[in-house]
Amino acid sequence: MNEPANPIATLVWTFGLMSLFAVGGANSAIPEMHRVVVDVHHWMSETQFADVFAISQLSPGPNVLIVTLIGYSVAGVLGALAATLAMCGPTAVLAYYVSGLMARSGASRWPALIQAALVPLSIGLMGASALILAGSSDGSWVAVLVTLGAAAFAFGTKLNPFWMLAAGGILGFAGVV
Amino acid sequence: MAFAKMSLAGFGGVLVWARRGIVDQHRWMTAEEFNETFALCHFLPGPNIVNLSVVFGARFGGILGGLAAFAGLVGPPMVIATILAAIYARYGEVDALRRILTGVSCAAVGLLIAVVLRMMMPLVRKRDAAGMIILAAVFIAIGWLRLPLPAVLLVAVPLSLLITYLVRQRVPS
Repeated sequence: MNEPANPIATLVWTFGLMSLFAVGGANSAIPEMHRVVVDVHHWMSETQFADVFAISQLSPGPNVLIVTLIGYSVAGVLGALAATLAMCGPTAVLAYYVSGLMARSGASRWPALIQAALVPLSIGLMGASALILAGSSDGSWVAVLVTLGAAAFAFGTKLNPFWMLAAGGILGFAGVV
Repeated sequence: MAFAKMSLAGFGGVLVWARRGIVDQHRWMTAEEFNETFALCHFLPGPNIVNLSVVFGARFGGILGGLAAFAGLVGPPMVIATILAAIYARYGEVDALRRILTGVSCAAVGLLIAVVLRMMMPLVRKRDAAGMIILAAVFIAIGWLRLPLPAVLLVAVPLSLLITYLVRQRVPS
């Protein structure tokens, strides 16, 4: 860890910028988080990143909390707070102003157009998230099977996703994965 | 604010709960209003649900309402996440926990894949070739080539806008 600057400042800058590029939500930004956190700053190992993703999915609340976990591991409680606010703040302000603007100008065709253009982008990003995370967590054939099984169940049934995560945890604890 | 309760109820995403609370339970918004607000928050960058909470709160109580909804939504789970992070930092190397997390992360990736598939279905059904190509291009650029996100988006967003615009011009819907 030979970060030149204050790590909290780096966290705020990294996630503040990233929040503006997270088209389609926090899960779209995972590849970028992975790149910055694991490859550029070496804040976390590949495994730690996968763990943190797992924890963020397990814990209640919005998916964006993966940022809180990353912040904590870099700079403790302050880091957690700084990273979360940096990730949510800029877009919240933007959302506030844009919604005011839209309320005034009425419905135009632009929002629908922009949305139609961004949907494929955000799906592609989430697919990339899945690929990168699979690369770091699916180390064995059994692990791949668990992933595919969870995907099939979540796609085909209306079961609460929590049970899939729990099943994964139990299999893991049993030492199968 | 009820956002706090909702945020705690939502495992792996709060949207469903937010909808239930806002539309069904409290009747703060009609289903159409909710969808409209959600669409707006979806094309804005950043965590959708956080945007939604701010827009929603602001509609009722101005800036203060927005802040309250934001704090209610992000605050409690953030405290929990911080506690979990502390536990992980201390016990992350314990063998049993390691094994559990490995299993959970495999399943979590599976859930993400399912979300991607679900979102792709409308594109597949519409035979939206342009959309699929953009989707695949972004997937390869980010997932395989691991290019930085800002650079990819600076190219992909204008391109996708242009293509969508042209396609719509040709086929007036």
